[in-house]
Amino acid sequence: MSGGPGRRFAVGPALPLLPFLLFVLVFLVVPTLTVVLGAFQDEDGRPTLGNLDALTSEAALTALRGSLVLSASTAVIGAVLGAVLAYLIVSMPAQSLLRRATLAVSGVLAQFGGVVLAFAWIATIGPVGVVTQAVADLLGADLYGDGWLFGLPGLVVVYSYFQIPLMVIVFTPAFDGLRPQWREAAVNLGASTWTYWRYVALPLLTPPFLGALLLLFANAFAAYATAAVLVSQGQPIVPLLIRQAITSEVLLGQANVGYALAFEMIVVVTVVMVGYSLLLRRAARWMR
Amino acid sequence: MTQSRGFKVFRAVGLLLFATYFFVPLLAMLDFSTQARGSAPGRTGANWSFMVTDEDLRSSIIASLLLALFTVVLMVALLVPTMVWVRLRVPRARGLIEFLCLLPLTIPVLVIVVGISNVYSWVTYLLGDSALVLTFVYVVIVLPYSYRAIDAALSAIDAATLAEAARSLGAGWFTVIVRIIMPNITSGILGAAFIAVALVLGEYVVASLLHFDTLPVAMAALYKSNGPAAMAAALASMILVAVLLVGLTFLSRDRHKQGASS
Repeated sequence: MSGGPGRRFAVGPALPLLPFLLFVLVFLVVPTLTVVLGAFQDEDGRPTLGNLDALTSEAALTALRGSLVLSASTAVIGAVLGAVLAYLIVSMPAQSLLRRATLAVSGVLAQFGGVVLAFAWIATIGPVGVVTQAVADLLGADLYGDGWLFGLPGLVVVYSYFQIPLMVIVFTPAFDGLRPQWREAAVNLGASTWTYWRYVALPLLTPPFLGALLLLFANAFAAYATAAVLVSQGQPIVPLLIRQAITSEVLLGQANVGYALAFEMIVVVTVVMVGYSLLLRRAARWMR
Repeated sequence: MTQSRGFKVFRAVGLLLFATYFFVPLLAMLDFSTQARGSAPGRTGANWSFMVTDEDLRSSIIASLLLALFTVVLMVALLVPTMVWVRLRVPRARGLIEFLCLLPLTIPVLVIVVGISNVYSWVTYLLGDSALVLTFVYVVIVLPYSYRAIDAALSAIDAATLAEAARSLGAGWFTVIVRIIMPNITSGILGAAFIAVALVLGEYVVASLLHFDTLPVAMAALYKSNGPAAMAAALASMILVAVLLVGLTFLSRDRHKQGASS
């Protein structure tokens, strides 16, 4: 390649990017395309819409409903309680040790999931859990009941454990972005605390709150490990139904059903994440 | 802003309630893992020492730690030169690289596992059937977090000027990246490494579905036969990860301080 005037589109400088691009192609793009294309192919690779029928089966619809209920309820619980906790944190002095400690702990707990989290809750409110036994000794009530911890209601309690700290992490900057001057200006103009919140703070906080809500929804929708350890019977949510589809060797043609279900997950999460980035862009106007 | 006494009481009560919800499960794990077997009274450390004495558990711990190490090495080797090169020579590709790095946030890990079986039949064919082949897919999973950490560190330095100075003194590109740029973004690379280790040590989805015995998979299996010992291993891995992540928040605060003073 010569260095003539037409060198604008030279590929030379981009060559060192090849290892990275190849890596991402093989281990991220190809698997994703496999899922997307596989959802529209039968076992012999012919194009078909038949797999999508699997999405309308009784089991798939139940799992989808379970996933939506779980994600929506833990997103709302996490967003509301997380916003309350974030407010308690930002109301502390900026240099306070407790404030920094709470934020650091939230950072850790937001990443906390999977096997360890499932164990922690089994140890707490499982059949011989610490709290179960304490409640039985003190109140004589059976907290464990008929095993609700290992079904959808249990997942709501357990997922909230990482949703609330995640909300604290993503929402604290929104509180910090509210300038004290805005409040002073409102007070100078005669606003009460209520008026300030109603007409200044809440409208400013609404877009980042809704954005965080969507992020929490996607987070819960994509989560798998905690549920996989906790739930051994039935497939109350989509990820567990996918597990059944790809580990089942009994039923033929299940691989394509797995692709269809995984495709369904991509669609839901993508829609939610696009909404998240739109809301975030709108919120960013005020966060300078 | 002055705060009323009532608000301070409300805040204290609120924080206490949150603390209860978040710490009781951890204390319950501690309690469970130190119980003697067969509900005999008293405390025992036997479940904790099980981590070292049990062959399966020990080998899974070693596998997970090696995986964490390999993932960090491959991530740094792949990401740092690419990101530096993009900044210095092909800024037009920056959007593409960022998009690809953040893509795993939008694609659930489970989806990647579902689609990766063909790729992995080749990987295990070429490299053998060791759990360490998971390194490749783990690099993909940690990509968004690593990218952000390294990108923040790179933005804080003037890479172009540093590189020009080194180049004009006769340094090759390898020297520029390894001996000029990398020492200047150590905090970012460390941060990326910490979060990668934390994610790999807790990763269950890929390992369990591809049938490799990493620590989380071994813990889940052990739970069925020896619950308290599995709890002990889980709590230990949780503490290790917590220490790493708290260390990470200190790293990032130091960086903010530097940024504020310069």
